[in-house]
Amino acid sequence: MSTPTTIPHATSVHESAVAHVTGNARYLDDLPELQGTLHAAPIVSPIAHGTLLAVDSTAALALPGVHAVVLAQDIPGDPLLAAFAHDEPIFAQGTVQYAGQVIGLVVADTARQARLAARAVQLQLQALPAILTIADALAANSLLQPPVIVARGDATSALATATHRLQGCVQLGAQEHFYLEGQIAYALPQEQGQWHIHSSTQHPSEVQHWVAHALGLHLSAVRVECRRMGGGFGGKETQAGHMAVWAALAAHKVGRPVKLRLSREDDFRITGKRHPFETTYDAGFDDQGRLQGLQLRIAVQCGFSADLSGPVADRAIFHSDNAYFLPHVHITSYRCKTHTQSNTAFRGFGGPQGMAVIESIMGDIARTLGLDAYDVRCTNLYGDAPRNTTHYGMTVHDNVLPQLLPQLADMARYRPRQQAIAQWNQTQPVLRRGLAITPVKFGISFTATQLNQAGALVHIYTDGSVQVNHGGTEMGQGLHTKVLHIVAHALGVPIAQVHITASDTSKIPNASATAASAGTDLNGRAAEQAALHLRQQLTAMLAEHDQCPTETITFAQGQVTTPQHTRSFAQVAHMAWSQRLPLWSSGFYSTPDIHYDPRTLTGRPFYYFAYGAACTEVVIDTLTGESRVLAVDILHDAGHSLHPAIDRGQIEGGFVQGMGWLTTEHLVWNAQGQLMTIGPSTYKIPTASDVPQHLNVTLWPHANPTPNIGASKAVGEPPFMLALSVLEALRNAIAAGRPQGAANTPVQLVAPAIPEHVLQALGHG
Amino acid sequence: MHHPLLRFVHRGRCVSLEGIAPDRTLLELLREDMGLTGTKEGCASGDCGACTVVLADLPSSGAPDSASTPAAPEGEPAALRFRAINSCIRLAHSIDGMALWTVQDLTADPLLHHAPTEHGTRLHPAQQAMVSCHAAQCGFCTPGVVMSLFGLYQTPPAAPACSAAPEGCAAPDALTRTQVHTALSGNLCRCTGYRPIVDAALHMNTLPRASIDTPALRSLLRQLHDAPAATTASPTPSYLAPTSLAAALLARAQHPQAQVVAGCTDIGLSITQHHRRLPQVLDVTRVPELARVQWLPATAPSTAGMVGHEASPPMLSIGAGATLHDAWAALCATWPSLHDIAHRFAGLPVRQSGTLGGNIINGSPIGDSMPVLLALGADLVLASHARGQRTVALEHFYTGYRQHVLASDELLVGIHIPAPIASATPSHSVLRAYKISKRQEDDISAVCLAVHLIITDGLVTQARIGAGGVAATPVRAYDTEAMLMHRPWCADTAAFAGEHLAAEWTPLSDLRASSTYRRTVLSQLVQRLWLDTQGHSTQVHHTTGALA
Repeated sequence: MSTPTTIPHATSVHESAVAHVTGNARYLDDLPELQGTLHAAPIVSPIAHGTLLAVDSTAALALPGVHAVVLAQDIPGDPLLAAFAHDEPIFAQGTVQYAGQVIGLVVADTARQARLAARAVQLQLQALPAILTIADALAANSLLQPPVIVARGDATSALATATHRLQGCVQLGAQEHFYLEGQIAYALPQEQGQWHIHSSTQHPSEVQHWVAHALGLHLSAVRVECRRMGGGFGGKETQAGHMAVWAALAAHKVGRPVKLRLSREDDFRITGKRHPFETTYDAGFDDQGRLQGLQLRIAVQCGFSADLSGPVADRAIFHSDNAYFLPHVHITSYRCKTHTQSNTAFRGFGGPQGMAVIESIMGDIARTLGLDAYDVRCTNLYGDAPRNTTHYGMTVHDNVLPQLLPQLADMARYRPRQQAIAQWNQTQPVLRRGLAITPVKFGISFTATQLNQAGALVHIYTDGSVQVNHGGTEMGQGLHTKVLHIVAHALGVPIAQVHITASDTSKIPNASATAASAGTDLNGRAAEQAALHLRQQLTAMLAEHDQCPTETITFAQGQVTTPQHTRSFAQVAHMAWSQRLPLWSSGFYSTPDIHYDPRTLTGRPFYYFAYGAACTEVVIDTLTGESRVLAVDILHDAGHSLHPAIDRGQIEGGFVQGMGWLTTEHLVWNAQGQLMTIGPSTYKIPTASDVPQHLNVTLWPHANPTPNIGASKAVGEPPFMLALSVLEALRNAIAAGRPQGAANTPVQLVAPAIPEHVLQALGHG
Repeated sequence: MHHPLLRFVHRGRCVSLEGIAPDRTLLELLREDMGLTGTKEGCASGDCGACTVVLADLPSSGAPDSASTPAAPEGEPAALRFRAINSCIRLAHSIDGMALWTVQDLTADPLLHHAPTEHGTRLHPAQQAMVSCHAAQCGFCTPGVVMSLFGLYQTPPAAPACSAAPEGCAAPDALTRTQVHTALSGNLCRCTGYRPIVDAALHMNTLPRASIDTPALRSLLRQLHDAPAATTASPTPSYLAPTSLAAALLARAQHPQAQVVAGCTDIGLSITQHHRRLPQVLDVTRVPELARVQWLPATAPSTAGMVGHEASPPMLSIGAGATLHDAWAALCATWPSLHDIAHRFAGLPVRQSGTLGGNIINGSPIGDSMPVLLALGADLVLASHARGQRTVALEHFYTGYRQHVLASDELLVGIHIPAPIASATPSHSVLRAYKISKRQEDDISAVCLAVHLIITDGLVTQARIGAGGVAATPVRAYDTEAMLMHRPWCADTAAFAGEHLAAEWTPLSDLRASSTYRRTVLSQLVQRLWLDTQGHSTQVHHTTGALA
């Protein structure tokens, strides 16, 4: 393999950092409103399942400031959203399928008036039996898609002849994205049937598609723009489309600009979450804890519609191995339909739920055999052929875990600490500590191969300043900062000379969602292509002008040097303009070498894998079930990091978000299927004091061997799953807190590990 | 009804606004009326902190004569009080007479002087540190974080008593970290994992100092104070803000329909979450008598003015309008073991707005101050214009779920808490308050338990137990208290008391915990108390860092 081409580490601050801290960074709701703008609020179903007999808007329309009520009959185009599965009504009509489903909108002068009036709309509903849980759905065979099976070898025989056998169930809860900026869209009707939509979205092209479809227009009549989001995490991949379609339909009805900003409460009630999973397993293994056979029955709670549940469930299957070779395996995936919010993309996209199961199995194998779980994990890692092929037929060509894991264990002093903790636990009346190392191997690329493409535009102006635009979106992850760095490096100009503009479907058409951690891999490469193309043109011009070979010309620090002259980049740009040469270029990138068969889920769905590992120490209170994360050491593989500070931010932020999912973030639905935790007063994401002072993050200092932008690796999602070390450490602490006789039995801990669940796992309450 | 003028100091000027409705929130005022969209709405419930702004006022305009901090010496001007608060649930009119900073003002206030920075913008150290530490990712929580840091910059919160964090107090750095966590306790960030934000907070004091032109600010505040708005003479102002107790009681009698507010940290939710309208508001936060925190001397029997009262020990008197921050500071000064629960009571911006009286009147069965006050034997002083004062024991105040004996013309004036027993007696007292919630900081209790025991020669001679989250109101555990009396304080007694406590109520199952869990934990907490009295700290949040 050739030496990877690296780009020097960026040291710049986030492109919006100063704007962020001065309050000058504009989010959608901060844009000056056009005169005549009205505000919409949703009318939602209070029940989980029922027949919608009638909607009476009389009382709402009589309230001050109210202009209109918008219902399904007001949709000029298709009443179903242009979602992939085409199964989701824009506004409920005939039946309601979850508590929180949007039936229509009230449009008023102010958001306050609209929200008040939405409550005054009289709904005549007849309740129907509702399926609210995975257990309900499995019992009723309520599935959105047929079960998907992926198998290799003969799991049944392998289990039958295995030395040891372990069965269990891993339950993982939902998670609310809790982007700090709630869902919002602003629809502006333009002249001649055209539309301008401001949307806080990870996927402007999809918003464009959905709005055009609902309004019965060409895609080219709709322009969608997004400068930045106040957080996305997958929650604005499809869900932002709903807001935009609703705002556009309201604007269509009243003929005025309409803004729709969900209250936090409505955001919780209406939008999809991370999918809850329940996986039952049957694992066979030898005396060293090495897996011989594995059978998984994965049940995914999709909610009332498909949304992205198919691909999420697929990715869970792809990550059921995490870092381990599964010789004989049989996986069945059930995509359960329930009368709840339609669950959606969330950082990791099914990967965390797939990996949590195998990590749980590793922990319990170790407990069963009386071995250290770290040793059991190392024993099961992917290795040399034939132990280097995944259950979906992809060769693990870039595995660094056999080197990375021991290095982390060493750095974190895993073995001495494990010993010290065992001793400490014996001296304590109430508290128990637990320590665990878990690895991460995460596949990078959209599993839908066609989505792995990106475009960019680079403009050079006659003063030498540069403007770049690409199909990705900025949600805080630093994509724009990295793209600026890539373009500045390619053109040899200071980063301050390069400006980035809002993501805009009128600049880059048909862009993929900024998702799957692939934002920089795809858009960074496209922007680099555009910049390099311009550089080649300028080089050719100078080579001819100065009569020198092209390879003698360099671009660096805002200067362009030929053997004859040193010119500023601005002089070169002006020279090109004078010579009537184009000073802009598009760039395009599509990921090579990936392919897979969506029917059998086999092939090479991923261009490469990102790796990492975390070592986490926790403490639990065996009287109350309270817990705390005490110390975390992380060694993470971001390839040759494009921007170490940003990558560290993704690693820490991803870890803490994953820690929240597994510890304090508990979504509770009541027996009627209504979500009871509808705001930050009842739904608790981590605070600053939940994060341990000892949070060491080290970047694995090796380039990505697979050719990728600057030899870097994607870093958005993989660190989320480092938090599985928290769950495993908690289970170790629980094991140490149970009566002596129970030491070798599996720990049944329902995630999130709220105090009540920990106490249950300890055998109390 | 007439909307009074709203006047406050902003960017070195006295701003005067007309026609502001009494239920308009400060955030609405900023974003919609003043176009200051730098301040964000994240939740509209005072939980995420994206809307955090900083207020300053002069103690004479309502700050407490605090029992925990010494007053300024005679002749010297009292210090300005800076407070980070949540603008989303704060009423706009409540800042009348104060100075206000939003995130956009730190680079625009002529009274704020700081050195130019590398970015060419004159950033405040709180802002510069956030930039340098890569502490903003999506940036939406950032304006609120910056303002919490600005609040910290202006007034570092008092260091907690070391007994509360035995391991965390070892080094000066850890102490600073605790202060930073306190300052950030009302700010949620979903992107960064907080490490760079905490680093920024620790870093900002190393940057060239920014200072406020205090004399100029004082003079502007005085100007507002000395020249009351001309329109206050309106017969029916929509926002009543009396400045004496007598005036407050009269207003309460004359306008019984007016919503009484103090810090508005709960009423604010009824506006933003339940879309309630408040045509008229009675704000009691400008009544100096209500903000006062002081010690009352012991009284002899039949003291004039206190009808039907017997001799009483010295009392800590906390005015109903004292902020939670000031009230808990006074409580912790006398009962240091309360530090934990004080710190875990809401986030700092809520503690700096909300009042102890408000928490009591709100009457939630999961309010965390009431179990403590029940255990301490607190009395409530209620008053009306027509009938004067009366005193009601806290355990007799509540009559049902969020219902109490306060009459429609009465106000809660203060909370009286008897002083602890003198230490040089054969008795010693044990006071512990435990809170169980899903998250350690700024969460609502599944169960809150406060136990106050007096142990004389090894026997329990007095027991008062308050609990929250177990019934429709905060309650005393009368059965368990009776069971404990005259028993030796030992492991067996603790186990027996735990069984009693678990059987004393039938708690509900709800989103916070199941009934079974609540009962189990009540019992287990008595075990914790026993171990605690034997010197075993068993709380996870006292445990920091890796083992060796």
